[in-house]
Amino acid sequence: MAGPKSRWLHPAAKPLLFVICLLPLAYLVWGAATDKLGANPAEHLIRSLGDWTLRGLCLTLVITPLRTITGQPALARFRRMLGVFSFFYGTLHLLSYAWLDMGLVVPDIANDIVKRPFILMGFTAWTLMLLLTATSFNRAIKAIGAKRWQLLHKLIYVLVLVGLAHFIWMRAGKNDFAEPAVYGAVLAVLLGWRVWRKVRQG
Amino acid sequence: MPRDIPKIASSEITPLAVYQGRRDWLTMVGGVALAGLPGSAAFAQTAAKLAKLPGVKSAVAGAMVLDKQTSVQDATSYNNYYEFGTDKADPVRTAGSLKPRPWSVTVEGECNKPGVFDLDALMKLSAMEERIYRLRCVEGWSMVIPWVGYSLAELIKKAEPNSRAKYVEFVTLADKSQMPGLRSGVLDWPYTEGLRIDEAMHPLVLLTFGMYGEVLPNQNGAPVRLITPWKYGFKSAKSIVKIRFVEKQPVSSWTQSAAQEYGFYSNVNPKVDHPRWSQASERRIGEDGLFAKKRPTLMFNGYEAQVGQLYAGMDLKKFY
Repeated sequence: MAGPKSRWLHPAAKPLLFVICLLPLAYLVWGAATDKLGANPAEHLIRSLGDWTLRGLCLTLVITPLRTITGQPALARFRRMLGVFSFFYGTLHLLSYAWLDMGLVVPDIANDIVKRPFILMGFTAWTLMLLLTATSFNRAIKAIGAKRWQLLHKLIYVLVLVGLAHFIWMRAGKNDFAEPAVYGAVLAVLLGWRVWRKVRQG
Repeated sequence: MPRDIPKIASSEITPLAVYQGRRDWLTMVGGVALAGLPGSAAFAQTAAKLAKLPGVKSAVAGAMVLDKQTSVQDATSYNNYYEFGTDKADPVRTAGSLKPRPWSVTVEGECNKPGVFDLDALMKLSAMEERIYRLRCVEGWSMVIPWVGYSLAELIKKAEPNSRAKYVEFVTLADKSQMPGLRSGVLDWPYTEGLRIDEAMHPLVLLTFGMYGEVLPNQNGAPVRLITPWKYGFKSAKSIVKIRFVEKQPVSSWTQSAAQEYGFYSNVNPKVDHPRWSQASERRIGEDGLFAKKRPTLMFNGYEAQVGQLYAGMDLKKFY
């Protein structure tokens, strides 16, 4: 691993990525503290955290095509951190909804999850992310067995589509699909590449 | 006051077109770069000087709520006006292209005295009143805004609707050259709204020309809009060009887009939920803190004493 490939193995690479992943949160906290999030900061926070969850999942799914196409296998070491950060933002998204929108009233939240399909979608995607995060550390991989663990973590394909459905459904009432369409196109490429490779390999 | 103004060579003065071009370019670039920063991008219309439009305090029952008023900054930078973009931070950036003058409103349909009203004539039709109304958006937030205008009933009486005039339809401007949002297929343009004739005649329905003592900023529906304070905000059409008396219930733009979510009446009603969220409570913009519990939404947005009788005997769950 000499030359340019080794830069991904630099000891500072992971800490650097960790800090980068915290930047959106830092911006939102700063914005909320200094009243820079517009007239409805609660709405802005909830929506931005949802956006970053979806962006995080897309970035997680970029790693495999990127490392294959560029021939940089070392990139794989960043995948877990991106996945766990997606869960982190997803959790903040859920918490901000539960707190800022629902006032942490548990019966109201439970009622909302059951009653409204788009909330149920979001909650389902979060639950699946929780499952994958809970089995993301090395001991869990060992305990489950690499083969079964890989199969389990293929759930990211399901949950990212459920998450996208949550976003589409949320915008459906306003007939406004411009942004979900962008995420849909990105995911179509990322998942399409995997299907294409599978088919080609036979 | 300094009398001697320093001389500036005419060559140093930026031609208006160049200046405007830079402004447009900055607004566009800024809009892209600061899409996540609504507060700082919100300068387009708030910075512009608007003409004063005073009004006498209204004597109409319910027209002067005592709630704390929303800041003019919030009320003019957080707007649902899809002709200027679907994000609530869009209109303040993009509505500069709307030309609120010259303007005329056509009054037509089932009435004895149809006509085309020039804006200035329309503004002189009745005395301007200031009215402080609660505004409840269907999305679950609310504001308190001092509007300036007069009861729509004054204009309706002038037009003398006939016995077939059961409803009033409001058609708003749809001009691609002035409204960048029309390129999207979010709604069928022009944006159309309607009221039952007895609703439209209610004195609380305000034909609105101004807010906060000035003429309406573009992003708030300049130069003339409707305010129907007991209904969700989208019922109050902006930038109106046509008022039509009709026999059949008109189809509102939002009803056409999603009938199960937005009904013809759309009265504020905490007991009838929107299919995707509860309408039982609301967040008052600028007043309720980030972690404050939302406040309960009032029946007919708190105007039940004034308008409740319009709906006597009606099933408001069915006629939502």
